[in-house]
Amino acid sequence: MSNLTATIAETVTTDRSVSLKTQLHRAERMKKLKYGALIVPLALFLLFTFAWPIAALLKRSIDNPEIVTAFPATSALLHSWDGRSLPDNAVFAAFAEEAGKIKGTPVFASAAKRLNMELPGFRSLMMKTARAMPPEAGQSAREALIAADQRWGDIATWQYLGRNASPTTARYLLASVDRKYDDAGHIVKVDDDEAIYVDVLKRTFGMSAVVTICCLLLGFPLAYMMATQPPRIANVLMIFVLLPFWTSVLVRVAAWLVLLQSEGLVNQALRAFGLIEKPLQLVFNSTGVYVAMVHILLPFMILPLYSVMKGISPAYVRAAVSLGCTPFKSFWKVYFPQAVPGVGAGCLLVFIICMGYYITPALLGSPKEQMVSYFVAFYTNQTINWGMAAALSAILFAATLLLYMVYSRLVGQQDAVKAR
Amino acid sequence: MNRSPSNTRPIAIALAAMSLLAGTARADVTVISFGGTNQKAQAKAFYEPYAKATGSKVIPGEYNGEQAKIKAMVEAKNVTWDVVEVESPELARGCEEGLYEKIDYSKIGPKADFVPAAVTECGIGIFVWSTILAYNSDALKTAPTSWADFWDLKKFPGKRGMRKGAKFTLEFALIADGVKPDEVYKVLGTKAGTERAFKKLDQIKSSIQWWEAGAQPPQLLAAGDVVMTSAYNGRISTAQKEGKTNLKIVWTNNIYDFDLWGIPVGTPKKDEAYKFIAFASKPENQAVFAGEIPYGPTNLKGTALVDKAIVPELPTAPQNMKGAFASDTQFWVEHGEDLEQRFNAWAAK
Repeated sequence: MSNLTATIAETVTTDRSVSLKTQLHRAERMKKLKYGALIVPLALFLLFTFAWPIAALLKRSIDNPEIVTAFPATSALLHSWDGRSLPDNAVFAAFAEEAGKIKGTPVFASAAKRLNMELPGFRSLMMKTARAMPPEAGQSAREALIAADQRWGDIATWQYLGRNASPTTARYLLASVDRKYDDAGHIVKVDDDEAIYVDVLKRTFGMSAVVTICCLLLGFPLAYMMATQPPRIANVLMIFVLLPFWTSVLVRVAAWLVLLQSEGLVNQALRAFGLIEKPLQLVFNSTGVYVAMVHILLPFMILPLYSVMKGISPAYVRAAVSLGCTPFKSFWKVYFPQAVPGVGAGCLLVFIICMGYYITPALLGSPKEQMVSYFVAFYTNQTINWGMAAALSAILFAATLLLYMVYSRLVGQQDAVKAR
Repeated sequence: MNRSPSNTRPIAIALAAMSLLAGTARADVTVISFGGTNQKAQAKAFYEPYAKATGSKVIPGEYNGEQAKIKAMVEAKNVTWDVVEVESPELARGCEEGLYEKIDYSKIGPKADFVPAAVTECGIGIFVWSTILAYNSDALKTAPTSWADFWDLKKFPGKRGMRKGAKFTLEFALIADGVKPDEVYKVLGTKAGTERAFKKLDQIKSSIQWWEAGAQPPQLLAAGDVVMTSAYNGRISTAQKEGKTNLKIVWTNNIYDFDLWGIPVGTPKKDEAYKFIAFASKPENQAVFAGEIPYGPTNLKGTALVDKAIVPELPTAPQNMKGAFASDTQFWVEHGEDLEQRFNAWAAK
């Protein structure tokens, strides 16, 4: 029998100019190209409006253009300097000449500002030095610089300048995890009174986890009701879920402020009933932040849960009960595993939104509740240090990606188990 | 199709009307301020009279002092803000970094007409304002008289309000710790001095309610959220005028500073910006502004025109200037970023 098929295959092959296998390959490739061509416009659109701008902004976290743009010749010379003793006269001369040329320009100001970031006081040093440049005739650059300020005779100053004379730097990323370069160029931990970002990242994770769990506990019963009740009740519940969802976030936050403040409606009601004497502090602390965030993120939990639960047939639970399973066990063993994809999707959505949440903690929380996003906003708006803002965003992005990979590993295993 | 005159005439009229409208729209000037009652006073004293006098509209806007938007606009060469009210350290920093135009004083007026500190390279002073201690007299039995009282939680129980940031917070901490006003910035410039200020703030940290916008302190006081707060003097005075007479001001050791008009580099309406600034810097207009919200005029002739009844509420009144000290612009240009970061780290713990 196999001989017969082999002969037929051979005849077929010798009949056509190419084998069936190659033809199959070609057909598959053509199909793939056609499908690819259909999504290429979308892919290009996403690339230009989403991926590339984000990559460009994240690249700012390692950009260090200020010194290299302002002092190109000095930077090039500092690269070949060994760093063990004071640089030679060529470096002094180049620096003095360039400082004299660009003093008073925005390029110089941004270089001074950049150097001031790590060593406060460097800005006034640069300004004072530039005012004395270029050196007078007959005076060597080295003498002129050291006469302007004796810090230029200090090797640490030049080491600092040399460390920053490259177009990229790890400084912002290090600072985002509370590390810095010491004088010798090693990576060390930052002083305790300046180290906050690791704590803030932990706080962001913690708050997101708490909000996710609260949303799950509150949203699961509601989604279950919506999925199992007759349409007339389910529709009303759906409206109650969607109406706040369609209201602007700022309006809702302002409403919570009115409700929860010291003379707000909640405190007034409690005092009217005689339950408390002094008003409770419900806002500008973690209580207010959690309440408002759970309120705002509940629809994101309820809607995925609802969509999955709607597809679960009630016959399974009924079958389990009829076979003698207790109500709770039948829920846990039969219903819940089928709802897990919805739980996973809802939790992931709420968690990731929470990680990046800015406006609610900023308006309703104290400085102790601020998450990473607040500091990104601080560096973007207040100090205009976009390098730090980009670095903090990159750290948050990496943490979220890591989390998503862990999640997909866990849920992927779940799916594999189910398939068996 | 025949292009008879009757056919083309409506089109021509429409085009002419559009170009006229476009012409007037081009003369509109966008002025950004810090909002709230400050903006309302500016509207009464500057925007409406300017519109009446010149026919071009003033489009008001507000912000909270963040320079990032201006930097983004200047870098993208798409500047929509023509005149911006800026605090002095931000203006000095922005001037160095090329964000603000160097002011051509020939288009505004002789420099000698203005208070010397109000005449800077990239900005001209609008008014003198002060950060003072405000308290709710209904909530406190005895009236506080100094910043040491602000720190006394036993004698004056209740929450405190302070501006969220290093500026106008660290100085008051040092004053309460006994540093003399003229030495505050020298002490703050040292590492030991900064630590001293933060240690002092630690004493009341759990009772502090932080505010960011100028409109918040009177709200917090009126709502009973705080019993004492640092605040901008003008916002408290306008709240008093609106009926909240239980809000009182303590002028001891207040910090005064200028807000200045700045013109972002690259705005297409530079001439209109200068016209507006020149108009707003006239003594009579500054006197009207001081009447609306008690911030001191920067035009020396304007001070003489201010209503005698309002003078005691101005930061520049002699009795209010006793013990007061100016915010050191150069200090904040140099140390502002570092101290703000340090403050954030401290507040987040």
